[in-house]
Amino acid sequence: MLRFILRRLLQMVPTVIAVSLLIFIIFSVVPGSIASSMIADGRGANDPELIERLNREFGLDRPVHVRFGDYIWNLAQFDLGTSFRTRQPVTELIGERIWPTLKLAIAAMCVAIAIGLPLGFFAAMRPGSLLDSITMVGAVSGLSVPQFWLGLLAMYLFALTLGWLPSFGYGEGGLRNLVLPALTLGVGPMALLARTTRAAVLEVMSTDFIRTARSKGMSSFRLVKWHVTRNALVLIITTLGLQFGSMMGQAVVVEKLFSWPGLGSLLIDSVGLRDIPVVQGSILVLVLCFLVINTVVDVLYAVIDPRISHG
Amino acid sequence: MGLRLNLVLGGTLCLIVIVAAVLAPWLTPLSPVMDADLMNAELPPSAEFWFGTDAQGRDVFTRILYGARVSLTVGIGSQLINTTIGLILGISAGYFGGWWDDLVNGLTNLMLSVPSLIFALAIMAVLGPGLSSLLIALGLTNWSWTCRIARSSTLSLKSQSYVQAAKTLGYSDFRIMLTQILPNIVGPVLVIATLGMGDAILAEAALSFLGLGIQPPQPSWGNMLTDARELIAIAPWVAIFPGLAIFMTVLGLNLFGDGLRDWLDPHMRTRPV
Repeated sequence: MLRFILRRLLQMVPTVIAVSLLIFIIFSVVPGSIASSMIADGRGANDPELIERLNREFGLDRPVHVRFGDYIWNLAQFDLGTSFRTRQPVTELIGERIWPTLKLAIAAMCVAIAIGLPLGFFAAMRPGSLLDSITMVGAVSGLSVPQFWLGLLAMYLFALTLGWLPSFGYGEGGLRNLVLPALTLGVGPMALLARTTRAAVLEVMSTDFIRTARSKGMSSFRLVKWHVTRNALVLIITTLGLQFGSMMGQAVVVEKLFSWPGLGSLLIDSVGLRDIPVVQGSILVLVLCFLVINTVVDVLYAVIDPRISHG
Repeated sequence: MGLRLNLVLGGTLCLIVIVAAVLAPWLTPLSPVMDADLMNAELPPSAEFWFGTDAQGRDVFTRILYGARVSLTVGIGSQLINTTIGLILGISAGYFGGWWDDLVNGLTNLMLSVPSLIFALAIMAVLGPGLSSLLIALGLTNWSWTCRIARSSTLSLKSQSYVQAAKTLGYSDFRIMLTQILPNIVGPVLVIATLGMGDAILAEAALSFLGLGIQPPQPSWGNMLTDARELIAIAPWVAIFPGLAIFMTVLGLNLFGDGLRDWLDPHMRTRPV
């Protein structure tokens, strides 16, 4: 088991390097991206001297492979560079923002699990029932709706009209401020989870070993507890892990909507300010969060399904 | 029964959007950008302004009709790029195998490990806002599923006797891929493209909402919602209708895509979906 975990962690290394390379290519190799886009703000347009000075200041006059070497070397020491605007280390700026983002993502995932899982489960227990139909219509709607729009409507209803919850901001970091953003971010994963759970449970219910267990006279409760849940869980956890990635993307939008002081807000504000090191750093950290979660999910598999770690 | 319902309902919703986008100038006498009138600002829905007016007094209904053009262009355009990339990489990887296959596989896994919206956001941050940037950003970031399906189907088709026969007849590799393999994977690829169109429209809305996509005053369903955030307390209709338009369009595409998949997959036809 320990060996499996170690191997899985080692497998992350090439992915992390590849992702860093990808982000590096996007932001550095695209010709003149940083200098010319700063100038596109209208400050000293078409001034070759200014472009040269900016390039020198950001070290963009050095060859690409040297810059990439430096970038990876700094990265290995957890150095993401210095913000163009505030002159603070990027890691420091990101460090302040990472907890609110994780808190939001975890809360949204809890919402999705608490609602999506039982809905999908009970829908599968009674296929074709009213609950089943409602769940399925709700799931396809939940996957089609722009989440930030739902958030906007929830803000209007619960914050501005009813006055139950604060409409935006982090507040003191309490639960009241978390409710609306977490519900908003949780809608997508909730819908997908309900759908996957239903499909997974239906799949397991139609297998031979369930029929055997039934014919042996096993009670429904024990059947579900011992056979269905455990077997459906593998598929459900895969979905959750993959869903975390698109949630990191959606979190950017939801944070901006609710003025939530997380990585997403930092990212969007920095794009507006053309603060490239911060943009690059926050994107890298968002992707890393996703990679770590997926590794955790893989390890969880092995716990649930012992066949996997030997494979 | 249920399958047909998906296809019909989804198809109808998609058709409405296409008609709105194509016939926009004939469906409304107003201009989405020029007909601003501060005297009419923030009027609630009425017989004259069906969906109300926004902060500049522009007709929300008109802006939604024209916004459909942006959504459809982005949805169709980005999926054309994605599908082309996915098909070329996937079929060639499955067909040739070897180091090329390893490379494509690595690339696909890399794409899957970066959340696509974040990837698109990074590209938009570099290219700057606008329709062409959106097409590039969303067209380059969502081809991995198409590639995977194309690759695995090619792998299994490669050993089919008719492909072997074509080889014996001396068909070129390119001709075999184009005439023997491609037609057999059109179905599942079409399903992915339809569902992907919905994702692209949602992503466009999100990026424009963040101010990185279509820039005002040009209307897009996403950037209409940016203004709506400020107006929500006094003019909720400015928020409700563009969001509803996105929802209906994406729902249509998702239902149509699901219906298409069930219809193409005989295995699914017998099971309750």
